[in-house]
Amino acid sequence: MNLHAQVQVEIEDRTKGTMKETEIKRLLSANVICIFSIIVATVIPSLFLENFSILGTHLTWLCICSASVGTVNIVLYFILKPNPSNRRTSLAHKVARFLRCCVYFFMSCILFHGIIVLYGAPLIESVLETFLFAVLLSTFTTLHCLCLLGPNIHMWLRVFSKNGAMSIWDSSLQITAMCSVVGAWLGAFPIPLDWDRPWQVWPISCSLGATFGYVAGLLIAPLWIYWNRKQLTYKSR
Amino acid sequence: MQRVPVLLFLAWTCFLFFSAIGLFTSGFLLMRVELANRSSCSDPLAASLPGPRAPLGSCWLPRRFPKAVLVIIDALKFEFAQYDPSRREPRPYENKLGFLHQLASLQPLHARLFRFRADPPTTTMQRIKGITTGSLPTFIDAGSNFASYAIQEDNLVWQLAQNGKRVVFMGDDTWDGLFPQAFHRSYFFPSFNVKDLHTVDDGILQHLYETVDGGEWELLIAHFLGVDHCGHKHGPDHPEMAKKLSQMNDMLRSLVDHLANDTLLLVAGDHGMTGTGDHGGDSEEEVNAALFVYSKAQLFQSHPPQEPETVPQVNLVPTLALLLGVPVPYSNIGEVMAELFAAEGGAASSLLAQLEAYSINARQVDRFLHSYSRAAQDISVEKLRRLQDLFSAAVEEHQQLSAQPGAPALPHLEHLRGRFRRYLQEARAVCAESWARFHPARMLAGCALLTSSCVLCYVASRVASGLSFSYRRLLLYPVLWGVVGVALPSLAHLLGWAAADLVLLSSWGAAASQCGFFWHCWAKWPWRSHAASACSPSAGTSLRQRLRASGLDSFVVAEAQVAPFLLASLVLLLVLRLHWEGRLEGGSPPALRLLGLLGVVLACARLSALFRQCREETPCCRSSTLLAPLSSLQDPGAKNSCYLLCLAVLALLAWGVRRWLRHYGNLNSPSAPVLFVRWGFPLLAVCVGGYWAITSGAEEALVKLHAWVQLALVAFPQGIFGLVLVGLLLVLWDPVTVFVRDSREPAEAPIVSPSSQAELQHVIPQLYRRMQQSLKSRLDEAKSGGRATVAAYGLGSVYSAALLICLALLGFLFMTLHSERLSLAFLLLFLEAFALLWMHGFLAGPDGSHPPTPDPFVVPWYALIAWALAAAQFFYATGHQPVFPAIHWNAAFVGFQQGHETNLLPALLVGANTFASHILFAAGCPLLLLWPFVCEMPTASKGKKSKAEPPDREEQMMEMRLREAPEKFSAALLQLGLKYLLVLGVQILACVLAAIILRRHLMVWKVFAPKFLFEALGFMVSSLFLLLGIGLVMRVDCAVSLWFKQLILAQSR
Ligand SMILES: [Zn+2]
Ligand SMILES: [Zn+2]
Repeated sequence: MNLHAQVQVEIEDRTKGTMKETEIKRLLSANVICIFSIIVATVIPSLFLENFSILGTHLTWLCICSASVGTVNIVLYFILKPNPSNRRTSLAHKVARFLRCCVYFFMSCILFHGIIVLYGAPLIESVLETFLFAVLLSTFTTLHCLCLLGPNIHMWLRVFSKNGAMSIWDSSLQITAMCSVVGAWLGAFPIPLDWDRPWQVWPISCSLGATFGYVAGLLIAPLWIYWNRKQLTYKSR
Repeated sequence: MQRVPVLLFLAWTCFLFFSAIGLFTSGFLLMRVELANRSSCSDPLAASLPGPRAPLGSCWLPRRFPKAVLVIIDALKFEFAQYDPSRREPRPYENKLGFLHQLASLQPLHARLFRFRADPPTTTMQRIKGITTGSLPTFIDAGSNFASYAIQEDNLVWQLAQNGKRVVFMGDDTWDGLFPQAFHRSYFFPSFNVKDLHTVDDGILQHLYETVDGGEWELLIAHFLGVDHCGHKHGPDHPEMAKKLSQMNDMLRSLVDHLANDTLLLVAGDHGMTGTGDHGGDSEEEVNAALFVYSKAQLFQSHPPQEPETVPQVNLVPTLALLLGVPVPYSNIGEVMAELFAAEGGAASSLLAQLEAYSINARQVDRFLHSYSRAAQDISVEKLRRLQDLFSAAVEEHQQLSAQPGAPALPHLEHLRGRFRRYLQEARAVCAESWARFHPARMLAGCALLTSSCVLCYVASRVASGLSFSYRRLLLYPVLWGVVGVALPSLAHLLGWAAADLVLLSSWGAAASQCGFFWHCWAKWPWRSHAASACSPSAGTSLRQRLRASGLDSFVVAEAQVAPFLLASLVLLLVLRLHWEGRLEGGSPPALRLLGLLGVVLACARLSALFRQCREETPCCRSSTLLAPLSSLQDPGAKNSCYLLCLAVLALLAWGVRRWLRHYGNLNSPSAPVLFVRWGFPLLAVCVGGYWAITSGAEEALVKLHAWVQLALVAFPQGIFGLVLVGLLLVLWDPVTVFVRDSREPAEAPIVSPSSQAELQHVIPQLYRRMQQSLKSRLDEAKSGGRATVAAYGLGSVYSAALLICLALLGFLFMTLHSERLSLAFLLLFLEAFALLWMHGFLAGPDGSHPPTPDPFVVPWYALIAWALAAAQFFYATGHQPVFPAIHWNAAFVGFQQGHETNLLPALLVGANTFASHILFAAGCPLLLLWPFVCEMPTASKGKKSKAEPPDREEQMMEMRLREAPEKFSAALLQLGLKYLLVLGVQILACVLAAIILRRHLMVWKVFAPKFLFEALGFMVSSLFLLLGIGLVMRVDCAVSLWFKQLILAQSR
């Protein structure tokens, strides 16, 4: 009897473990697709557009990159459904939810813009550059939140605290968002150097930093989760 | 509470830092050995002595001119002298010296314009030294422009006087200090007041023509200052500059009319000016001056080149000396201007005459290099040998040539002239390079001492909180070690074994006492237990970033942006970490307040960028227009609204302090400082406002009231100084701002103004437990059962109140010293400082809303780093930059329109202006310790709505918690001081390391040396005011103890 129970627990553990591993694989593949979308956004347009380069036509690149990463994220969300909601929802509800997502995204762009300006970006000159950079950052962070958690700020705040992650998707979100912001922050340091390189122009180094940070975050997240899979225990929500 | 030992320990630590900085400075700032040798007529330098045909009174070379007039127009930029008739719309400074152009185009063989390249540093005194000695004054002189020193080296003025030529001088009185009693006749006019455009020029014009016509002179020097002062006051692009240049044009025109045919006229600028009218550095704009040469006799043999030639400034010295027939000053390294030595009669004879001058010039430079290399070893032997080879080859060729009979071939002559030229130019380059000479040993030792001082600070701050900290062991013994360390070398010095100077002695003492400290520290504490890392990761990274930031010159240049960026990052990181740890409930009032404070800090950090001044290294940067005085505003409407805004800032500061004191109940106190806050602060605000009203008013409008205006310009600022002084003394004299109400006699009205009765309802009485207990024990016997309590209002914030009053007073003082609109920057400074304090109070506060920090007596690193970053940020945000031209010299004349007798007072005023932010933040540093205790109030006060509650419940202890544990309080103060010193010390260490590593960097003189000097001075000022701030807290503590004693005595009676 006792033995039987033990065996059952073991089996449960094992299935949980394999489930976790399949989840991690799904996460990894999703992240690889995201990275791939960034590469595509950098390479493909040069086939169609003349003079396209990251440095030369940076604003175009920013737009394309944001758009492609955003699309891929949304598509992935519909395919993978990382947090399936049990509630049955009407069409009207879905539309309202979608509109709220749009508003939230726009507000996060404005908020990022404000923070960037507070950090010393020019206020009036190059507003467009700053705003597009804010859009990029929002795509890397807020859009993920919207996809994973929906338009629910309390949930977002919870996820970004010490014991707030409830699934590997949440952990991945934490890591990628942090890496993107830190990358953008580090990207600000080369700006005052007098090397006179084309990438030192505002906001190129910052947006490149954010992108590299995002890519790094996407790569690190599955590895980190895999590494710490024993320690990670998620309460169900 | 141990007060004296704490202060002594901090003072000793400061001394360690100072001696380290001194040692480094003595190795880093360049020096050049001045030779006492002088040239004389009989020196056998000339290949052939002046022949019998030479006019009387010629040395070395037959003189070409018996007389010369040297007109120095201070800051005559090359662009000022240029004339382009095709310009459609000339700027105010363009095309104003048309007379020079007229002369040069009508008489091309009589007049010519040159570019006159000044050697940096381009301060007037250094340039005068350069164009009289022919040498390169070094950096170390750059700071001594306040007081001129007499020139010890051989110079033109001395040579002329020695050879029986009369030198008459008129103009800038800097020359009086440089050449005391050297002139045949002189008319000096005060030069220091840069706001005065006309005194010097009008003075010269009164005497100039008369003296020229009188003819009792061989060299006449006239040094006009108006253009330079106009640049400083209005900038070059101003109608006033047009007037000034036109006046100079007219002066030159009439001067030429008065000149005799055999007189040489030289018009020179000593340096240029930047776009803002300043100078001192080595930017192209400052270095490019103009030189104009004219004579009524034919000067040149050939027509001028299209583009004016460039002439280094030192070249004027040998040229003028040989033209006037006097020996070239001994230390000259300039090269003669060949065009002026060309003789009539064809190219060959021209070249021969030029070669003669070159040969003398080269021999003189060679002789100087020989003597110099004997006196000092700073020119490398290889380079000297190379120069020697060049020299002997050229001289040999010249001798062969002159021995040769018949006319030599032209190319040959030109080749020889090229050789002489090359030798002279290379010699100058070698000198310029080697006079950037360092003492690497001293620099390294200074750096090591600085590092170990930082380590000592860290160790001491770790140890200080331990109860076993013994001042005898850790202060007295190390100081004794240090005394021994000083005594040994000074003994050696006295006995003549080794040379030692003050800097060396003090650093020996510092090193020895440090050894003592570490020895005793090691012996007592095997500090394994203390070695645990305490530095929070965020603070660590931020400090490291700052360290790295000062390493690269671009970061020094961009530090104004880097400091607020780092501050914003640090603050944001703190809040995010709080959220990450789940200590910040979303939507709760404290969280919202914290977010609001975060917003205030970020906004202040961003807005402070509005008040930034530009460095010349950042080309597309435009200095903030807010830095200019209000009087420069043309539009009266804008001027008035700005003025009103500034007044509002003043009112806000006075009101803010009052509001704070009222909130904590200190305003009801009948003590003298509070009365001063009630009445003196408004008076101060009125004084500052009145002063600004007068300074910002248009000068034309006030012409009628000139005498009154002058009086007010002196009276208002001096009144402010007096009031501030009185306020500070009052705070020192009676710092206890506490109002006592005895609940035994509620009927008796206290001695306060009627409005404060209502106020009393809002403030929370501080019922101090111990006081209560001690009273109880005595009073219980007298009145059994009757609850006798004494409510002391404002006791819980008594330390902070005294500090705040002092800081506000200093704030008023600094606002007076800055230009009007910078008061807005000071408003931002106070706002940001308070937001930081509240945030810190929230994060570290001992109230119950979140888990308290382990020890409220320990000020965490992040707070100190944020504090230091804010201090650095507002150094820039009050319109300063660590470069000399950016110093606000005008501050020296606030309240002293007529200039000063001594140098101390103006230095203090300018220093207070420059380091205002350092001073405020350093003096306010103890607030970081006090604020969490003060912050205890608001959350707890909510629970205490009804006053009817029995006073048994726990009262607001606030700062009295500190008094409860006097030992911990003193240890906390010591630790705070040490930590802040360490943060500052790490900054200066970074600066020193950068200076060591990059000492041969192109930018060292432009960026690192001034940065190091400013940082070192800032460190000294900061540490001094840190000591004063901590001292003030201790004075308050003293007074509070006394106050308790008196109260208990009074109650028991
Ligand atoms: Zn000058
Ligand atoms: Zn000047």
